[in-house]
Amino acid sequence: MRSDRSASAPLGLKIAAAAGLLFLHVPLLLIFVYAFTTEEKSYQWPPPGLTVKWLAVTWARPDVWQALTLSVQVAAISTAIALLLGTLCAAAISGTRFFGREVISLLVILPIALPGIITGIALRSAFSLAEIPFSFWTIVLGHATFCVVVVYNNAVARFRRTSGSLVEASMDLGANGFQTFRYVILPNIGTALLAGGMLAFALSFDEVIVTTFTAGQQQTLPIWMLEELVRPRQRPVTNVVAMVVVLVTLLPILAAYYLTRDGDQVAGAGK
Amino acid sequence: MTPAVSFQKVSRHFGAVRAVDAVDLEIRPGEFFAMLGPSGSGKTTCLRLIAGFEQPTAGHIEIFGESADGVPPYRRNVNTVFQDYALFPHLNVIDNVAYGLMVKGVGKAERRRAAEEALKLVQLPGYGARRPGQLSGGQRQRVALARALVNKPKVLLLDEPLGALDLKLRENMQEELKSLQKALGITFVFVTHDQGEALSMADRVAVFNDGRIMQIGTPEEIYQRPASRFVADFVGSSNVLPPDFVLRYSGQRRWGSLRPEAIRIQRAAVGDGVPATIVSTSYLGATTRVALDAGGQRLNAIVPAGSPLPEAGEAVVLTFNREHLHVMEGEA
Amino acid sequence: MTDAALLDRKNPAILPARGGMLGALSDTFWRRPKLLLFLMLTPPVLWLGIIYLGSLFALLLQSFFSIDEFSGLINREFTLKTYGELLRPANLDIIMRTVTMAALVTLASAIVAFPIAYFAARYARGRWKALFYLGIMLPLWSSYLVKVYAWKLILAKEGILSWLFAKLHMLWLVEAWLAVPIVGGNSLSVSATGTFIVFVYVWLPFMILPIQAALERVPGNLVEASSDLGASPGQTFRNVLFPLALPGIVAGSIFTFSLTLGDYIIPQIIGTSRLFIGQAVYAHQGTAGNIPLAAAFTVVPIVIMGLYLWAAKRMGAFDAL
Repeated sequence: MRSDRSASAPLGLKIAAAAGLLFLHVPLLLIFVYAFTTEEKSYQWPPPGLTVKWLAVTWARPDVWQALTLSVQVAAISTAIALLLGTLCAAAISGTRFFGREVISLLVILPIALPGIITGIALRSAFSLAEIPFSFWTIVLGHATFCVVVVYNNAVARFRRTSGSLVEASMDLGANGFQTFRYVILPNIGTALLAGGMLAFALSFDEVIVTTFTAGQQQTLPIWMLEELVRPRQRPVTNVVAMVVVLVTLLPILAAYYLTRDGDQVAGAGK
Repeated sequence: MTPAVSFQKVSRHFGAVRAVDAVDLEIRPGEFFAMLGPSGSGKTTCLRLIAGFEQPTAGHIEIFGESADGVPPYRRNVNTVFQDYALFPHLNVIDNVAYGLMVKGVGKAERRRAAEEALKLVQLPGYGARRPGQLSGGQRQRVALARALVNKPKVLLLDEPLGALDLKLRENMQEELKSLQKALGITFVFVTHDQGEALSMADRVAVFNDGRIMQIGTPEEIYQRPASRFVADFVGSSNVLPPDFVLRYSGQRRWGSLRPEAIRIQRAAVGDGVPATIVSTSYLGATTRVALDAGGQRLNAIVPAGSPLPEAGEAVVLTFNREHLHVMEGEA
Repeated sequence: MTDAALLDRKNPAILPARGGMLGALSDTFWRRPKLLLFLMLTPPVLWLGIIYLGSLFALLLQSFFSIDEFSGLINREFTLKTYGELLRPANLDIIMRTVTMAALVTLASAIVAFPIAYFAARYARGRWKALFYLGIMLPLWSSYLVKVYAWKLILAKEGILSWLFAKLHMLWLVEAWLAVPIVGGNSLSVSATGTFIVFVYVWLPFMILPIQAALERVPGNLVEASSDLGASPGQTFRNVLFPLALPGIVAGSIFTFSLTLGDYIIPQIIGTSRLFIGQAVYAHQGTAGNIPLAAAFTVVPIVIMGLYLWAAKRMGAFDAL
């Protein structure tokens, strides 16, 4: 909604909007406070004292490191697959009109449109029917499937914004298809792909619902956290891990925002 | 002489839509050729067929005598100035202009020199470091022109090149394009829906309608002797006359046209001619346009401003030189 | 003539092929654009078609199997018996509870989201606009589990919310609310109210973004025109803003509804022992090993979402995505 008049908002609206934003942010800020509390057994507020001791304790925990490493590996490989599949699909969809175009875009969106538990149990029952044992790769298979849409959304938005005549202009000036891809298409969609890739990484890094169904004995960081939430062992360590997870997901989101801020506006619409 | 571009029964159908329908066409080397027509008439598709963005569904295209069948755009020595200019937003002006040479493997120093020269040609020397986004519409168009010309194409295609410019700039560019074309001797083919533009710039004009060419000729031929009612209607403000009317003055029972400036208006008392009444007059600056009713047939006349005119509603007689009444041979 | 011919040869109208294999491949793609399209679509369609649709199909298939009550083994014969089990009062109860929760969460999200989206779309400019955008994006993308965990901290008996109410001498209000059956419980973190609050919190950004997108497309002067014509703010909202925001609200509700229907973690961590569909699915496939019933349970949200999407498409909600 654009208005040339720089009207000021009614007070009631300002308060409601501000309260809404506070509601969104205060819980996240609390995580940062709890990471430094001296209280070990309960969630007492206000914290009786502050300490940095738990940072060191967490640092020394091999199970946290294992979970973190697995999550990063899964996210990296899933993102790579999603980048390839999402870009191909976006290029095909935006380049041409063909029969079944709508069906394919629906197919891409379906894995996030349906509740995660459906994707999870569907994959699990398919693995069991096909007698595929759970492994690192079954986790990746699930993650890549729902990460495709994030890359796809970013790439499609950029393709839409990029004039189709650029490709024609490049070919007209003597560049063949591959040269056109390298010198015109890639530079123009590059930042959108980077943004999509970062969001896909964040999505995979954080995923828990599908993962509980597709992982065997492996623990990704979210699975580790879920375990701690259901059966708490050392609450302060969970607090520190929670803070680290917020920070780790924050960075790619900010980067993705700065990469696509002139116009796309869809960086997060895929989640 | 080998034509620069020749179409032999070329068709381009999109499903049931016949965008271009069995068109025959010859464009001569070194001429400034205009394709004129309303939107959807097939003129732009014809241009895209020459560039290679479209492939004909039937027929055969030759460029300077060489078959273009199955030849992709990047192997045709033909360049296009796009309607939206299609400058690469991620490259600065000099890299935009040098793009064609870069992909053909010309060395960096050599292509920079050629690009600078091309920018000089379009009167934008020293603009190389800017981004397309920092240029005005007129400047972008010049860059697009330089980017095409730097490749020394055999044919330059221009798709509504002046469409996005304002009136003043458009008139300047018309003259510049014309003199550029004369200086370089390259065949220019340009697409427009503006008949004034086509008539003032082109050596020859093809008038398109419904995927077919209605008439090809010099601007004068097209304007003075339209072959059909469509051409007369689209190209000029000519009066299109029905067969019964034409029969009385030419002896032929065919559709005809009469240019408004050929009509003279006299008071009813003065002599014989076509009896009519004045409906209205409008002042156009150097001339005045008079709307007339000649026994149910609407006519427009254009007279020099300041000539004495009867009032609206008065009876007058119209006279014109018989040879100015053009009988359309192409119309049944 | 010879000069011209010489020039012609140096500058031919059709350039020779270059670029070797890649060049030849590029030529082929230009001549047969459908081939390129086919090659581009094959990997994603195969992946999604085989892995995803294939799995969904396998799941659907399993819902027509049944479990042998004595041996606990899956009987691979076509039967509707498992669907019949869904209609047992206990299971119907689960379905009703989940759908009611999803509807309430959707409604509350829309109410909380609207002012934020409206402010961001109409009044925020420049730096503020960017700030609002990030202010919605960051919570959206922050870790789901961390968000749930944060609420466990907040809603705990010894947590910040109780502390706040105690400071305001309003702890009795919380006690009174917790005493209400169904919505109450021992503490907020084990009550349906807690589950509700966390659902709203976690899905709220999914509601804000589409509403904002829908409102961005409304020309600002439409609102001014309405008030110029003498409409009260309430009338402007009812007759102008709300109808224009509706596609956005519907688009957002697709997310909030679907996500609530399928979630099993939030009610498990913050909530009562009464099950939601997600938990039932999880329990049946896991400990009970009753995959057919779990599969039949997942068909419920699929059907509900299918109907919902069909209705939303008819209302033009997808334009706001």
